[in-house]
Amino acid sequence: MPYQLLKFALSKKHPEPAFFRQPAELKPSYDAVIIGGGGHGLAAAYYLAKEHGLTNVAVLERGYLGGGNTGRNTTIIRSNYLTPEGVAFYDASVKLWENLSQELDLNLFYSTRGHFTLAHTESAMRTMRWRAEVNKQMGVESEVVGPDVIQAAVPELDMSCSGHAPILGALYHKPGSVARHDAVAWGFGRAASEMGVEIFQNTEVTGLDIRNGRIAGVHTSRGTIKTGKVLSAVAGYTPRITKMAGFDTPIVIHPLQACVTEPMKPWLNTILVSGSLHVYVSQSSRGELVMGASLDPYEVHATRSTLDFVEGLSSHILDMFPFLAGIKVVRQWAGMADMTPDFAPVMGKTPVEGLYLDAGWGTWGFKATPISGKTMAHTLATDKPHELIHGFRLDRFRDFELTGEKGAASVGH
Amino acid sequence: MKLLTCPINGPRPLEEFAYGGEIREMPDPQTCSDSAWADYVFHRDGAPGPKREWWYHVPSGTWLVAERDTASDVVSRTYLLGEA
Repeated sequence: MPYQLLKFALSKKHPEPAFFRQPAELKPSYDAVIIGGGGHGLAAAYYLAKEHGLTNVAVLERGYLGGGNTGRNTTIIRSNYLTPEGVAFYDASVKLWENLSQELDLNLFYSTRGHFTLAHTESAMRTMRWRAEVNKQMGVESEVVGPDVIQAAVPELDMSCSGHAPILGALYHKPGSVARHDAVAWGFGRAASEMGVEIFQNTEVTGLDIRNGRIAGVHTSRGTIKTGKVLSAVAGYTPRITKMAGFDTPIVIHPLQACVTEPMKPWLNTILVSGSLHVYVSQSSRGELVMGASLDPYEVHATRSTLDFVEGLSSHILDMFPFLAGIKVVRQWAGMADMTPDFAPVMGKTPVEGLYLDAGWGTWGFKATPISGKTMAHTLATDKPHELIHGFRLDRFRDFELTGEKGAASVGH
Repeated sequence: MKLLTCPINGPRPLEEFAYGGEIREMPDPQTCSDSAWADYVFHRDGAPGPKREWWYHVPSGTWLVAERDTASDVVSRTYLLGEA
């Protein structure tokens, strides 16, 4: 080991390198305030500074950076959605993801694995064909494959699923990937901070200052800020913010749970999803199986874990991979998923002028991190919704013009 | 095991119940405006707190009302509609 490095490591003079500046005090006013220091909020801050030259921006986070749903998802990135609006939006996101490690100068462990959505019934096969055709039409790589292709990719998979749910085929999506989710928040946070954005952790929003239907400021646990533009990017906390703003949304909060096993040598190279068995699974770069399931069945605003979840999920994973019987689950956790009736997000303008929503991310938000940041930055800077998010506007519920994404957004519905 | 009290069958495991969502007053679809109908169908105050909700005891086919805090997940009361 070079002597200099050893000296540096042992010296007390060098503080730990900080990823972003932590200013001591809030300024009295900002050009824009972003509520929520997760991937989406920080990405919006990054693109505001980079593409719109707006750097007098504060990001307020009630906990720690990336500690919400950014750090609680199962890190799957894909664009094989069902509606043309969804496919175009998530495909634009995948294109940003592919170059993001270079752009943020941070290794996000972006790993393209291929993504199989297993079909166990004829009706599921029909949805897979439908999605494949929409995807191909939009230039996204998706195809329906038979059991032989699946078995060749995952020899360990019991194709009969213990006799309960024989696999008839799958939707195969080659660009399907995983990434290291914490690094995404840190990378966007660091890059935004370098351009002048100020990030405040442990800073909770306690109220909104709204005058004549326009946003005028934000009350926080550390004082009041004046601002004309506010972006709410708080996922499971969205209904608390919209209540402060005085309007209702269709968002309902359900916990979504996930867990990981102890690490194993690499054996699972692809991402597997089964709607019928309510399972999605991939192997992380440190060898753990990262597993998720369907939503908890009723509304709760908390991140508690349940034994029901881990029992049910384990049973289904063992149907697929009986040899995992001796493998231990080492951690489980939950996030608060902000669900919408059509399984598409809510993005854009609100009844309050100057207040913008990036919400309704339910169980599908992580993959959208870069594109939501980019499109919300555009929307906030120009006060005009980006064309990619037209189908996700809050008004669609008023206009009865929903963007039905239920068949592709998550499992078990 | 989490229990919920059915007004007919007493305390039963939560797995026996299905969630029916918050109780909402339906406007008359023949006379209300499109906007009021959209409010009824979609929009809600989703913030955490005490709510009146529909729950269904599946084995006995009983619809019941539960008063539950959606932040703490504590049920304070269950009863049949009209018996409150």
